[in-house]
Amino acid sequence: MRIPIAALIGLIFTFAYFFVAIFAPWIAPYSMAEVVSRDVWLPPSSEFLLGTDNLGRDLLSRMIYGGRTTIFIATAATILSFTTGSILGFLAAVLGGWADQAMSRFVDLIMSIPSLIFALVVLSVMPVTVPVLIVVMGLLDSTRVYRLARAVAVDINVMDYVEAAKLRGEGRGWIIFREILPNALSPLIAEMGLRFIFMVLFVSTLSFLGLGVQPPQADWGGIVKENADGIVYGIGAALYPAVAIATLAISVNLVADWILNRTTSLKGGRG
Amino acid sequence: MSLLLKLLAQRIALGLLLLFLVSILIFAGTIILPGDVAQQILGQSATPEALANLRRDLGLNDPPLQRYFSWLGGLLQGDLGTSLTSGKDIAESIGKRLGNTLFLAFWAAIISVPLAILLGLIAVRYRERWPDKLISAVTLASISVPEFLIAYVAIFFVSVRLRWAPSVTTINDGMSLGEKLHTISLPISVLTLVVLAHMMRMTRAAILNVMQSAYIETAELKGLRMFTIIWKHAFPNSIAPVVNVVMLNLAYLVVGVVVIEVVFTYPGMGQFLVDHVSKRDIPVVQACGLIFAAVYIGLNMVADIVSIVANPRLRHPK
Repeated sequence: MRIPIAALIGLIFTFAYFFVAIFAPWIAPYSMAEVVSRDVWLPPSSEFLLGTDNLGRDLLSRMIYGGRTTIFIATAATILSFTTGSILGFLAAVLGGWADQAMSRFVDLIMSIPSLIFALVVLSVMPVTVPVLIVVMGLLDSTRVYRLARAVAVDINVMDYVEAAKLRGEGRGWIIFREILPNALSPLIAEMGLRFIFMVLFVSTLSFLGLGVQPPQADWGGIVKENADGIVYGIGAALYPAVAIATLAISVNLVADWILNRTTSLKGGRG
Repeated sequence: MSLLLKLLAQRIALGLLLLFLVSILIFAGTIILPGDVAQQILGQSATPEALANLRRDLGLNDPPLQRYFSWLGGLLQGDLGTSLTSGKDIAESIGKRLGNTLFLAFWAAIISVPLAILLGLIAVRYRERWPDKLISAVTLASISVPEFLIAYVAIFFVSVRLRWAPSVTTINDGMSLGEKLHTISLPISVLTLVVLAHMMRMTRAAILNVMQSAYIETAELKGLRMFTIIWKHAFPNSIAPVVNVVMLNLAYLVVGVVVIEVVFTYPGMGQFLVDHVSKRDIPVVQACGLIFAAVYIGLNMVADIVSIVANPRLRHPK
């Protein structure tokens, strides 16, 4: 199996980011919130590899811990979104009738509001904590997964082997988990990369707006916000996390593209 | 004709129904959530009197259904309620900001729409060659990049290093159109970049779809030049899908504007909304949320209406 060069680069970067996120406490030279210098926005030096931030904390350490927070929230929200979305989507496809209608119309309704706006409305009354962010983002995004899962499952549900299982007298649980799920997995996994990127951008945007992860906890969007004032003095500290978000997103995108191409070519385009 | 009118009426009715349901959803989103809203707003240290006062001001003592209908009744008469934090009339504060936001979105649209269509045509003309590949690469990059990154990179280089355009974009009535446009030139460019990639890619897909039809092959076999084929045969047939693409992206623009306004401290609706979410000023958040949703639903509806009207099969019923 040959991996195209773009996908390989994507894979390497993605793994690197996840590795750093998991082992952040061992990699970061300083702790997350420790003020290490009396000078703010120091330029990069051998002591502080990316310089210091707006409060004199080590920017590299903030970046590493920030990546951990961002990647953790995005991963958790993606998992929640996929579990909820695909189970409900499969259920809708298998049940059909009014249950399918009710769920699908409700999803249409949620999707008729831009998710950022809806998230802002909900966050205006909720305490802004990490679990709340994960649940709000995951549930809002599960609508998209629902649509995909339902569409895929509707196709699979009319296959002969599903008919055979039904005639054998298998229950709905069997049909969903033993017949539909294994066959729907590859399009869902390809979509997972894109949803993960969306989550990274979503949580970063919320934190950037001051409505996501709360200081002193670091996350990439929040670091941009904290250091944004430096930009007008020509200090680029806010650009590092922004670039990190962009490179992570592009890398995952490259990998997802490759998986998508592979699964569709293997399955003769049906995917 | 009657079929066309029927379809249009159906689509408009659906839009109105959607708007009504969305108003319920936005209202419900701020009340059915667990916990005491008054406590959330005032924090743990609030005195019982303050809590009771706020609950009365928010109308939390009335049943939810009654509150919803009095809110909806006010909306229909243009009364958006009063702000909790400033005590001002919300409709009055929003009116001007909505105008500013639309002003920004309008100019971004004026620039990005023709540019996206032109670049989409170029991508189709040089399909699979370097201009097309370059355009795809840029698209991939710009989908993966958060809006605020583009904005800050632009501020960093264009406004701080080169000093070509201001980074703080406060506009007021005293300014001439030229001054206003210069002030907001940076946010306009950033918004343009944000929507351009999507619009370009979808335009390319729409035109390519048409290019695979039989009549295009006929034109090619007649020996027509490539640009004539695109301009005379492919383009008229792709107007409906392209307009659809444009409308969907304008709807996207309305959301992108929220982040851009915060970056550039532009006095628009988006900044107003974000500001009042952190102040937990629920009536303002509900009003802004509903207006954003209404614009979004409206643009989606226009997109559908255009594709209904532009479909010749519906204009000539058998």
